[in-house]
Amino acid sequence: MDKILQGNYAVARGAWEAGVKVACAYPGTPSSEILLAISSLYKDDIQAEWSPNEKVALEVGSGASIAGARALVCMKHVGLNVASDPFMTLSYTGVKGGLVIFVADDPYAHSSQNEQDSRHWARFGKVPMIEPSDSQECKDFTKLAFDLSEQFDTPALIRSETRISHSFSPVILEDRKESTVPIGLDLKEAPKYTMVPIYVRERRLIVEERMRKLEAYADEFKYNVMEINDPRVGVITSGVSYQYTKEVFPEYSYLKLGMVWPLPQKMIGEFFKKVKKVIIVEELDPFLETEIRAMGHKIFHGKDVLPRVYEFSPEIIEKSLKGKRYKPPAERIKAEELPKRPPNLCSACSHRPLFYALKKLGVFVFGDIGCYTLAAAPPLNAIHATVCMGAGVGEAFGATKVLEGKGLGKVCSVIGDSTFLHGGITPLMDIVYNKGNATTIILDNRTTGMTGLQEHPGTGFTITGTPTNMIDLESLVRALGVKNVRKVDPYHINETMDVIKEEIERDEPSVIITTNGPCILHRREKRKFENSYYEVVSENCRGCTMCLDIGCPAISWRDVKEDEALTRDGHKRKGIVYINRSQCPGCGVCQQICKFEAIVPGKA
Amino acid sequence: MEEKVTNVLLSGVGGQGTILASDILCSVFHEVGYDVKKSEVHGMAQRGGDVTTHFRFGKKVYSPLIKYGDVDFLISFELLEGLRYLNWVKKGGKVLLNAQEVFPPAVNLGKMKYPGEVAGTFKKFFKGNAFIIDGLAIAITCGDARAVNIVSLGAFSNFFKIEDEVWERNLLLHLPEKVHQLNLHAFREGKKAI
Repeated sequence: MDKILQGNYAVARGAWEAGVKVACAYPGTPSSEILLAISSLYKDDIQAEWSPNEKVALEVGSGASIAGARALVCMKHVGLNVASDPFMTLSYTGVKGGLVIFVADDPYAHSSQNEQDSRHWARFGKVPMIEPSDSQECKDFTKLAFDLSEQFDTPALIRSETRISHSFSPVILEDRKESTVPIGLDLKEAPKYTMVPIYVRERRLIVEERMRKLEAYADEFKYNVMEINDPRVGVITSGVSYQYTKEVFPEYSYLKLGMVWPLPQKMIGEFFKKVKKVIIVEELDPFLETEIRAMGHKIFHGKDVLPRVYEFSPEIIEKSLKGKRYKPPAERIKAEELPKRPPNLCSACSHRPLFYALKKLGVFVFGDIGCYTLAAAPPLNAIHATVCMGAGVGEAFGATKVLEGKGLGKVCSVIGDSTFLHGGITPLMDIVYNKGNATTIILDNRTTGMTGLQEHPGTGFTITGTPTNMIDLESLVRALGVKNVRKVDPYHINETMDVIKEEIERDEPSVIITTNGPCILHRREKRKFENSYYEVVSENCRGCTMCLDIGCPAISWRDVKEDEALTRDGHKRKGIVYINRSQCPGCGVCQQICKFEAIVPGKA
Repeated sequence: MEEKVTNVLLSGVGGQGTILASDILCSVFHEVGYDVKKSEVHGMAQRGGDVTTHFRFGKKVYSPLIKYGDVDFLISFELLEGLRYLNWVKKGGKVLLNAQEVFPPAVNLGKMKYPGEVAGTFKKFFKGNAFIIDGLAIAITCGDARAVNIVSLGAFSNFFKIEDEVWERNLLLHLPEKVHQLNLHAFREGKKAI
């Protein structure tokens, strides 16, 4: 029976069919749906968890593996940076139950802070990496990855990317098969799992020996496939790049690599004998190209014509390979001149008034990863640096160090509740330990918002919705030694501004935690607003545009004609604002900003 | 079955049900025997941005993305989002446009004008192959403005010889039971709209 599945759901299905018992992840686009699928569809067979971060996820997966279970650990590309510490050494210890790390790249950075190419981790960590090219392969390759992991006693990587993880295609479903590896720990295996120098040196040799075996295996791997059509041109490619190229140049010959590390050297050599010219098509870095050139092959085209940046598409490949022969379709209208529709904070989002307050205070804001990066865009323009999860907290400290006393009142960091627990605790510890004075604002919206409302250790619920311990952020930061901990209701702008001002001017570490501001899309927790919506008293509106500075999707501008050119009290105006009732949940932020009493609660 | 792959681009604004509509298309065309692929972008696009999905069906589909300029059918739930993908439609391609305006931020802020004469522009380039419906009005008569996507699917179903029973059964598979009658009604009214 076949079913249309998203790539990520197909990975989840593959894990279930492969007999996986433990699955861990921290949410990250485009990888988040795998754990969602596992926790909803396969929870009777697989223990799923949202881990506090990717490093912990991999460590939990490793422990499960050492105890004999098959374990899947999922993350986005930058998640593997966080998990890289255990990753690099797990390559030495190897596994008992299969251990598979799924990593999803995001070329074009649709929803990411960079567009790194995860294939380098496979070479760096000396572990095999396979790369599916559609949903069926997502399922099949996941199962294969577990076999590979156990057969070669290594963690195995699956590399996906946005267009594989978030595309849908038919998948043939099969039954679950339990793993034959017995569950249990063996004290005698300590030399395999204890990476102290004397054992490291033993395992180091095993890693190299394993790579040699994997190289030989790559030449036999059934998903490294040669399709010989036109012998004049052959393409070496993998993943979604195969699909795009095959679409545009069906007549070419192909060597489609299911395993992108290690490479099948013999097979590549044969391919060069079978076709006259070889083109290498790969998104992002010239990973295959560098390796294949190093084997001594002469390639016809690669990154000399294909871009190294952003994601590919069929037309990019066609244009790059055809060069001057490419004929673009007719451009009937200038589409790029149309008004854009960029993402925005939702109407009544609790981040909006907080960032408006920071903007008014003129503070340099070190940000973090989450919906609130949207506050970097106009009209709020209230984030001035964003690197990775937790980075802003340490960066704010670093900046205050060099600004010395002059930094007081001018710097702070903002971080979400989920991201604070992911990576913000240790830098905050550093501020206290090393006698800093930076202010950290925790935007506690009670969920992991940006990736689709996942639970975390501060929400009080596990991935399956089971009640669990809920971290109290205030107690946590006090335990780190922060003495000045304030709570603010972000929807009260003036009070929020006063508290922020006081704390950023204080020559001691401080933390401000927002309260009663759950994500507006939250299903369990809802902020109750006093009024159900607001409206504009047109006669009072002076068209000053102050309320437009918050970038609320519900507020719009319209020009006025002569008959409306004056306010009730005789002030000239060019236009007025109006509120779209269907988009206004009644947060009242705009009312607090209006100086002319033009915004009032709607009549129920 | 013909070899050719058919490309359907769906565009709209977050909340208009673009993804649901493409899910339904996937089910319908898969059931009648085609290979199907669908691609969408998640993440930041959910926060009020524009939403597009690429849906492709045929004997064997490779790329999950449609090649620029190769769209056979453009289904847009919003005028500006239709216009944004006008150049994607191939010569002889068909356009199904819901005549609804949702202002983007630059228009809300008074910095840019919402494009005028969108329907006329499509008529100019696609003549009889441009189908414009007032999907919102139809959806509201059926009981819920959110059914615009289903109204459009009803209209779109006219282009294919697929039994209504297949459309309607797959439609219901993707919707909660309490809105079944409303959406069946919306689908049928949409079918009559062109």
